[in-house]
Amino acid sequence: MAGYKPAAIQTYPILGEKITQDTLYWNNYKTPVQIKEFGAVSKVDFSPQPPYNYAVTASSRIHIYGRYSQEPIKTFSRFKDTAYCATFRQDGRLLVAGSEDGGVQLFDITGRAPLRQFEGHTKAVHTVDFTADKYHVVSGADDYTVKLWDIPNSKEILTFREHSDYVRCGCASKLNPDLFVTGSYDHTVKMFDTRTNQSVFSVEHGQPVESVLLFPSGGLLVSAGGRYVKVWDMLKGGQLLVSLKNHHKTVTCLCLSSSGQRLLSGSLDRKVKVYSTTSYKVVHSFDYAASILSLALAHEDETIVVGMTNGILSVKHRKSEPKKDSLPRRRRPAYRTFIKGKSYMKQRDDILINRPSKKHLELYDRDLKNFRVSKALDRVLEPSCTVKTPEITVSIIKELNRRGVLANALAGRDEKEISRVLNFLIRNLSQPRFASVLINAAEIIIDIYLPVIGQSPVVDKKFLLLQGLVEKEIDYQKELLETLGMMDMLFATMTRKESTSVLQHTPDELLESKKVES
Amino acid sequence: MVEEESVRVVRCGGSELNFRRAVFSADSKYIFCVSGDFVKVYSTATEECVHILQGHRNLVTGIQLNPNNHLQLYSCSFDGTIKLWDYIDGILIKTFIVGHKLHAFFAHAHAEDSVFVIIKKEKPDAFQLVSVKLPKSTSQEIEAEELSLVLDYINQSPKCIAFGNEGEYVAAVRDFYLSVYFFKKKKTSRFTLSSSRNRKHAKNNFTCVACHPKEDCIATGHEDGKIRLWRNFDDDKKYTYTCLHWHHDMVMDLAFSVTGTSLLSGGRESVLVEWRDAAEKNKEFLPRLGATIEHISVSPAGDLFCTSHSDNKIIVIHRNLEASAVIQGLVKDSSILTGLMIDPRTKALVLNGKPGHLQFYSLQSDKQLYNLDIVQQEYINDYGLIQIELTKAAFGCHGNWLATVEQRQEKKTELELQMKLWTYSKKTQGFILNTKVNMPHEDHITALCFCNAENSENPTLVTASRDGHFKVWILTDDSDIYKKAVGWTCDFVGSYHKYQATNCCFSEDGSLLAVSFEEIVTIWDSETWELKCTFCQRAGNIRHLCFGRLTCSKYLLGATENGILCCWNLLSCALEWSAKLNIRVMEPDPNSENVAAVSKSSVGSDLFVFKPSEPRPLYIQKNICREEVQWGVFVPRDVPESFTSEAYQWLNRSQFYFLTKSQSLLTFSTKSPEEKLTPTSKQLLAEESLPTTPFYFILGKHRQQQDEKSNETLENELVQLPLTENIPAISELLHTPAHVLPSASFLCSMFVSSLLLSKETKSAEEIPDDIDMEEEKESHSSGEENDFTEKVEDINNADLGEDIVQQLSKSEEKELRKFRKIDYSWITAL
Repeated sequence: MAGYKPAAIQTYPILGEKITQDTLYWNNYKTPVQIKEFGAVSKVDFSPQPPYNYAVTASSRIHIYGRYSQEPIKTFSRFKDTAYCATFRQDGRLLVAGSEDGGVQLFDITGRAPLRQFEGHTKAVHTVDFTADKYHVVSGADDYTVKLWDIPNSKEILTFREHSDYVRCGCASKLNPDLFVTGSYDHTVKMFDTRTNQSVFSVEHGQPVESVLLFPSGGLLVSAGGRYVKVWDMLKGGQLLVSLKNHHKTVTCLCLSSSGQRLLSGSLDRKVKVYSTTSYKVVHSFDYAASILSLALAHEDETIVVGMTNGILSVKHRKSEPKKDSLPRRRRPAYRTFIKGKSYMKQRDDILINRPSKKHLELYDRDLKNFRVSKALDRVLEPSCTVKTPEITVSIIKELNRRGVLANALAGRDEKEISRVLNFLIRNLSQPRFASVLINAAEIIIDIYLPVIGQSPVVDKKFLLLQGLVEKEIDYQKELLETLGMMDMLFATMTRKESTSVLQHTPDELLESKKVES
Repeated sequence: MVEEESVRVVRCGGSELNFRRAVFSADSKYIFCVSGDFVKVYSTATEECVHILQGHRNLVTGIQLNPNNHLQLYSCSFDGTIKLWDYIDGILIKTFIVGHKLHAFFAHAHAEDSVFVIIKKEKPDAFQLVSVKLPKSTSQEIEAEELSLVLDYINQSPKCIAFGNEGEYVAAVRDFYLSVYFFKKKKTSRFTLSSSRNRKHAKNNFTCVACHPKEDCIATGHEDGKIRLWRNFDDDKKYTYTCLHWHHDMVMDLAFSVTGTSLLSGGRESVLVEWRDAAEKNKEFLPRLGATIEHISVSPAGDLFCTSHSDNKIIVIHRNLEASAVIQGLVKDSSILTGLMIDPRTKALVLNGKPGHLQFYSLQSDKQLYNLDIVQQEYINDYGLIQIELTKAAFGCHGNWLATVEQRQEKKTELELQMKLWTYSKKTQGFILNTKVNMPHEDHITALCFCNAENSENPTLVTASRDGHFKVWILTDDSDIYKKAVGWTCDFVGSYHKYQATNCCFSEDGSLLAVSFEEIVTIWDSETWELKCTFCQRAGNIRHLCFGRLTCSKYLLGATENGILCCWNLLSCALEWSAKLNIRVMEPDPNSENVAAVSKSSVGSDLFVFKPSEPRPLYIQKNICREEVQWGVFVPRDVPESFTSEAYQWLNRSQFYFLTKSQSLLTFSTKSPEEKLTPTSKQLLAEESLPTTPFYFILGKHRQQQDEKSNETLENELVQLPLTENIPAISELLHTPAHVLPSASFLCSMFVSSLLLSKETKSAEEIPDDIDMEEEKESHSSGEENDFTEKVEDINNADLGEDIVQQLSKSEEKELRKFRKIDYSWITAL
């Protein structure tokens, strides 16, 4: 026969953001550490090698921070003017940066003075990057040119003059040492091949391009400019895969999560959006205090560093996993106990008897199953239940009422127990979703305990509190009705065509209640 | 071709199974229960109906096995006859005509050829237990008029009569009395509960009685839930009783197990309680049986119990209190609020079933297919408790969606309302909950309908409520990157001058929605949800509303409470015609333009079938039943009939079923009910009708062998014969590859001749024959289950004699030849 059906727990939709595995993942960071820089933070770059230090470019300085340090562990300040785009080499030992005066400087992480200086650009160099073979540097500048430099002899190898406006962003392919892309204010993103002296292909972004990003596989290209983030399929010759318009100000920076499953974009609208790279839907979004200029994620998404226009660097560290408390494990039967007889094949005359699978029941359900109604109510009136999950308590009260035993369950309680019930009522009575059930319970309590009122000051105080609450609620409902009446009047004066009548919400018959106890 | 008979109203299926105690056959293989005018024979193992014993012309009121022949069954009926049946073949053996209306039937082995029946005296509410002498005669119909009174002034229910201790006495209860009549002494003793008579609200009147099969002990059940065990009742002074109390409500039935060691009781709690050794503390329970236990019975073999429940169900329970089979009829327990519907997938009739369930009932096989649990909450069976009621249900999108509404109202202001939407899952072949809407409206939902247009791309549901709104719900995509999901959301809320919405209905193509607000019908465009037009006849609130179909799709029909049927033309927006008809049920036929309307008149209900285009009805049948018809539905036929007469053409493609207020399901048919209800009568093997218990396997086999051996020794001529497979000639034939065999014509003659008996050899070979046979038989009985072997042997008995001879002639011919060569002359010398 059918087994016991557990009591139905009413679920209420959670308003606001849905809880998904992404929101859980991206919310699992500690409160951000704020570091004040000298100027707007234009670039943050993590070293690809442990200990995953990161270089922050702000004003004319480059600071290198350790993972948990709030003070820079190293500073490069040999810039005459604003520095741009300090970028680590793949091995984490060299750092290259452009500057406002058109110079490109190469630093050793350990040293202080630049190892190399590449002179050739006539205007500010906003983007530099190492190629995949580690021996060349690509730079793009406001003089519309893109140059390729050789590190060993600090010579310019090639110059590309295909852009017709400032080149503000670029990215070298991680797989092919000859390929890199640059984005420019002429609305195009171009891919260059050093073997051909010219661009291989060009895509039209539509807005001045602020940031470009190549996927690790090299097949997809992401460009950001204006309010748009666009994803291009390079293997199809630069076909637009998807155009994302989720920011309402210019998107300034792009970043991939370490798994490559999520794409992050930061914008002047002070938001960082996280996209899934399979569906390109926004799965999460962060808010910051100021417009975002730069964004970087550490290895394994351990840290999110965001640089803003007001010079604040916001560093968020992932919460460490709660250690599984290693309680002394109960000694369990040996493995062979479990597999004993499992391989036995059924013979002809055997009758197979399956052990019925045991259904897990909550404690209150076990009590309800055995008709211990007061006990079931006691269980859900435990503070752990009433605070965290009041809907369970309310559902059980409702279930008891359905069974017609609520009065029995509420009766015969001492001072401590009844004050616990009253506390719960006081806290939740005014919530519209619980009101109908709890008003009924309150009525029953008043009926039961009316004769003994005055015997316990604690309970009396609770009753008075409840009375005050009910009166307040009545006043509130009255006010609501008045407001509704006024609004009706306003609507009536607006004599629109009366095809669809205005939806009227008669306020909850919350309070036709209460003979007042005193 | 169907002959042009007159169309009759016939009762179709769904008769009660729980009217009287079910009865087990002696081997516990079958269970018998009364069902209207029939007795149904069910198999306890497969739950299938094996036979329907038809013959009574009125309600069957009692059945019992013939105590002298356990292959026969007695039944009695209101038509005043007692019939004796051979239930294995389903044959009526004899009919005894008593003449009175018989209310119950009892028989026991010690009252030789008389049986006991309850008949009614002239006075109302007074019944007598009389014994009827059944005359011995060979004729089919016998008058049995020799009645003698046993007990007077008893209760009509057979639960209140019990025969005890091998028929020495009979116990009867009524109100506050327990009367015991001793057959030998011919004396009646009467016992009352001392405290009961004078107290005003004493609730301990007797409800049922049972007698211990071995001892002098009577168990009685009482209305306050107590069970009393009476002993020493042959003495008017020194009688004693003990009390068992577990039930909190009335004890509905009691039964002792065959040996008398345990007592079974049941009641409204739907818990079967087994009292072991008549002790309060030795109790076993089988809880959650679903509905009030009405009757309990025990199989004569003692291995099974069965309980009959108020929801028209019989549960077969194993000795160790495990339910082993459920025989479920059409549940008629609750009031039907959902109306009748047809599941588009299974073509099953769908209506309220058990509390909080929707039942799917197959009309063809008169069998419940399954129950869908809608409320999904523990059912507390308690008198006066306000339960959650399933009030509305509707199928949509070819059976892919099911919408249900449940409500519970304790006080006027406290209404709990829940709408659930279920999707049909192909994987599990059942409905799965998709969306749950709490309080979809602020007041009762009066109507629920899906848009069932062929080409509608998005499922749409409309609910109308007394709060003055109707709501349109649509299926929306609720999927995100993590999962695919669909859910229902409210798309539009409409109202009309704060009138209560009473009905809603979609047109056939789904382009228009008609919603009636009390007296006014509003037509809405289903694309834009704009109000198109209104119709108002000022003839009372609209009770039914439906669009015409096919060629009549431009008409809208409305029936009002003041007894006016209106038909509006949607193109001209004018009233086409109206008629004065007090309509209770109005149902459109899904396969044609026809609309069936059942109206209520002072004498009964009348049926009108008409097309919306014409005010003149196609067919009228006055007085289809005396009661008020509550619901009706057209069921599409699997195979269209072809009535040529114009009046019956509306029955060609669909059948009209309707449910009356007393919840009998009726339909129109030209066939006789016997034809309609042809059971899947399987030919039962006339097997041994004694149970095969483990003991039987151990001992019976030995005994059988011994029997056989003794038989053999006694009569040597009796030839035990092997199975056909064991004849070497045949097995050789079967196992030789076909390409090496000679032609079939050649083999045929050989095979036939092998079956022939050669007479001259037989007498000569008696002794070797015998030896051989013994071996043969032993190999048998060890290898196979006894009864099977035996049966086959019996069947083959006739023609196998020859085979042996054949076998012998082959194997021992040489030996025989040797015998011939031996010189027997020395015998003569002796």
